[in-house]
Amino acid sequence: MLRNILIALVILVMGYMFYNTYSNYETRTELAGISQHFAAQGAQEVGAANLVTAIVVTYRGFDTLGEVTILFLTASIIAFFLKLKDEDYDSSIDHRETSELLVTASQVLIPIIFLFGIYVFMNGHLTPGGGFQGGAIIATGVALMIMANPNVRLNYHVIHWVESVSGVSFVVIGILGMVLAGGFLDNKIFGQDGLGEFGTLFSAGAIPIIYSFVGLKVGAEISNILNKYQKSQKEA
Amino acid sequence: MEYIDLGHISLLIGFLLILVGFWGVLTQKNIIKIIVGFSILNTGINILIVSLGYVKGKTAPIIDNAVAQTGYHDVSASVVDPVPQALVLTAIVIGFGVTALMLAYAMKLYKAKKTLEINKFNDLKW
Repeated sequence: MLRNILIALVILVMGYMFYNTYSNYETRTELAGISQHFAAQGAQEVGAANLVTAIVVTYRGFDTLGEVTILFLTASIIAFFLKLKDEDYDSSIDHRETSELLVTASQVLIPIIFLFGIYVFMNGHLTPGGGFQGGAIIATGVALMIMANPNVRLNYHVIHWVESVSGVSFVVIGILGMVLAGGFLDNKIFGQDGLGEFGTLFSAGAIPIIYSFVGLKVGAEISNILNKYQKSQKEA
Repeated sequence: MEYIDLGHISLLIGFLLILVGFWGVLTQKNIIKIIVGFSILNTGINILIVSLGYVKGKTAPIIDNAVAQTGYHDVSASVVDPVPQALVLTAIVIGFGVTALMLAYAMKLYKAKKTLEINKFNDLKW
């Protein structure tokens, strides 16, 4: 009883604080400070039509590298917690028969989902999307594959290699930016005039390349986590 | 009834989701439901940050036809703030990592005691 009263009190106090913030809030009418600079100069300086991508990959590129590192750390900790032996990868789980609809639909949908994921991360500098979103879409394809056949054997050697190679390539492109352009993760690695025509697929310098590697890495990492969840179930 | 703009609506939704998520984390007994509560809390905070970057009557920060249609020659006068959106992109990925870790812990806890009731895990209580 006392516990419920305390919880209600906490929620009420939080709600009161939020209400005060809400009633005093006024929607902004113009950009200010650094946002103003990004919006006004972003197209010229970076060459990406999507300003959010310009900020994520170039202006705050170091932050994105840290973000990719955190995902890698998550995958490592999960691999540590749900430790699998070699024979676990070949074990089969007793499961209910999967429905005919799911199996047939997954055969049709999985290639399309993969294609859509690749489209999303390659066009991250033009459309709302990017490496993380594209990688997550690819991983939904893998999740569908696992749901349609719980005993599916993903080739984890391929997953590990894709993950490692794209992670290293991301850093190598960052260092190339230091050699060929202004600094770490600078996107003008093809020269000052090498940004390409604004608004086309081959524009914005290194951004499509970096985001493709990020997409592959995120897709491989989430698939790896899903595979770990699935394969470590049989002890439970 | 006065006119409510998009910034206020999304701010309100963000605050409500935060309260719902917090309530779920505090009251639920099942570990999976607590994780769902954390996810809702996370989503609420993300919506809140994005809504703080909303600028009245402006379009998405992608330079295409929609920007031209707003009628301003200057891009910075026709888009919403892109910085909070970029920060939220980072926050979503971190949130994914945290949720994945919590689910792995939940699997591990279930293996230890064959239950997901949080009250059964009282080994550190005396």
